[in-house]
Amino acid sequence: MYKKTYLILIIFFLSFLAKLEAKTWWVGKNESLHSLNQAIQSARAGDEIRVKKGVYFERNLIIDKPLTLIGEGLPVLDGEGKYEIISIKASSVKVIGFHIRNSGISSLKDLAGIKIYDAQDVQIVHNLITNSFFGIYTQYGKNCQIKDNQIVAYGKEEQQSGNGIHCWNSSYMHIEDNVVSGHRDGIYFEFVTQSIIKNNRSFRNLRYGLHFMFSNHDTYISNVFTNNGAGVAVMFSNHVNMFNNTFHQNWGDASYGILLKEISDGKIQGNQFKKNTTGIYLEGVSRVNMSRNTFSSNGWGLKIQASCQDMNIHQNNFINNTFDVSTNGSLVLNNFDGNYWDKYEGYDLNKDHFGDIPFRPVSLFSIILEKNPTTLIMFRSFISALMDKTEKLIPSLTPEQLKDQSPRVQPIPL
Amino acid sequence: MNKIYKHVMVDIIRNRMVLFYTLLLFIVSLSIFSLEDTSSKGILSMLNIILMIVPLVSLIFSTIYMYNSGEFIELLLSQPLKRNTIWWSLFIGLLTALGLAFLLGAGIVILIFETSLLGLMLVLCGLLLSCIFTALALLAAVLTKDKAKGIGLSIMLWLYFTIIFDGIVLFMLFQLSDYPIEKFMIAISMFNPIDLARILILMQLDVSALMGYTGAIFKDFFGTASGISLSFGTLVLWVIIPFMYSLRYFKKKDL
Repeated sequence: MYKKTYLILIIFFLSFLAKLEAKTWWVGKNESLHSLNQAIQSARAGDEIRVKKGVYFERNLIIDKPLTLIGEGLPVLDGEGKYEIISIKASSVKVIGFHIRNSGISSLKDLAGIKIYDAQDVQIVHNLITNSFFGIYTQYGKNCQIKDNQIVAYGKEEQQSGNGIHCWNSSYMHIEDNVVSGHRDGIYFEFVTQSIIKNNRSFRNLRYGLHFMFSNHDTYISNVFTNNGAGVAVMFSNHVNMFNNTFHQNWGDASYGILLKEISDGKIQGNQFKKNTTGIYLEGVSRVNMSRNTFSSNGWGLKIQASCQDMNIHQNNFINNTFDVSTNGSLVLNNFDGNYWDKYEGYDLNKDHFGDIPFRPVSLFSIILEKNPTTLIMFRSFISALMDKTEKLIPSLTPEQLKDQSPRVQPIPL
Repeated sequence: MNKIYKHVMVDIIRNRMVLFYTLLLFIVSLSIFSLEDTSSKGILSMLNIILMIVPLVSLIFSTIYMYNSGEFIELLLSQPLKRNTIWWSLFIGLLTALGLAFLLGAGIVILIFETSLLGLMLVLCGLLLSCIFTALALLAAVLTKDKAKGIGLSIMLWLYFTIIFDGIVLFMLFQLSDYPIEKFMIAISMFNPIDLARILILMQLDVSALMGYTGAIFKDFFGTASGISLSFGTLVLWVIIPFMYSLRYFKKKDL
């Protein structure tokens, strides 16, 4: 027992010594070092470099040993529109408190404000990245932390603009509290696993607020995606969890709160979908559990294609949507249960808070609209209401099986 | 003109039908807004009332009134009065009475519960529809001498504008679905004031759904200031043209 305690003490002491050994380098106008590049070259592994306020034109900073870079008073690193500004090629590097601006633009080299090459335990915290091609780019990263960064671009065309936070072939990433706007995709994941994306805000990006493909076992919590060109796209992934996110005002014909394509075994819970043209568009989705979400004031709450199966859609609120659910076929392999639909007109005689007759969320008019979009001009006319009522009594065109057996009569408090 | 107008006004306001209509609108709109938990659902129900009940009541009431005051009109004609003046006073009298009934019954309630562009749009559309269908009623009344025929004609007009026209349009939409007929549809909608009013309100109500491709085309027209003013201009034309036609007919009519 004592031996163990001693051992721990010794390790603690040694690490403390190592800490003491680490040197701090100062860079600034009135300091001995004027150039960050010079400081990086002279520093040894584990050293700390503190940069004073000012504007630095360092071209491409290559960090190839574990250093801690700290900016004091938000010093500016300017890439002059030509260079990649910081390239991290070693593990345990920390970059804190810089304003990184004007990186070069190159689709061939994917230039970025900060790029992590094949490294782990890197921390990028409290930076402001403006007018860069890619904001923060990670390839082969592991256990990296990207936190509290603000990434702003003013992209006008998709080709001339990179992604805000781009991760490729990485794992165990922590992406928290970032604000991304004006890029092509706000947050982009490809082959990224076991990662957490939390409390980020992504808005006014040209294409997707969040875009991920082939990225399994990831969790998205409390992010806000608003006003993005095409909303959020999630494709070809499994075991993805999305909790308490907000999807707001993604407007356009091909714009979705979330576009789900070829997704399996995930959870979508507690999210808010508000004022989107389409709340969630599902294609080829299987075994996803969707509960306690609120769909309000959307054009379409759910567009669920017939290629989806074993979906469990329960305890959601559907309020004030133009259409709650629409589908493109008569095959229904999904389960709707215990949702609240504000269009429900049934009754609850035994007072168990569940309606006594099932609710069919797909209206005839939404089916007609799917086939012939111009009929939108007839929406809410007397004749369309008449057709909807007739269809409710005798379903013929709408899928007979698509129904909520026990719809709630009161909205679920969320 | 002033005297006849005043007489018509007092006569209509004393009429129990208009009082009943005002009260009905008031009770229905108040209960709709206080029953529904979200105001936009209330708006939907109000939309149906404005598109169905208001035109129907305006049409039937005005037609019946015109026939009932047939003898009064004949009496006036025996006086040294211009036919123009008589017809105008009758029309304006009916407009004021029905417009006032709508404003007091439904307009105020709508504006209280939905103080927005949408609410204003609803009230404006309701008012214009009252005017349009009064003008149409005058036309129906002047065209046929027989009361039963006249009322039949106005009911047919109502059916045509609420159901038959839409049915034909829907049929056309399916027959011509292979062609880009969105712009054509905008033109077609001008031929039915009820459709036009509905689309104008739809543009405010279902914003999110209208962001789709087809919606965008309609939105580009009906959502812009020039499109909205053109639509309202068309609605005003729908008041003027039937009335002018009925006036021309009345002037030449052998009573």
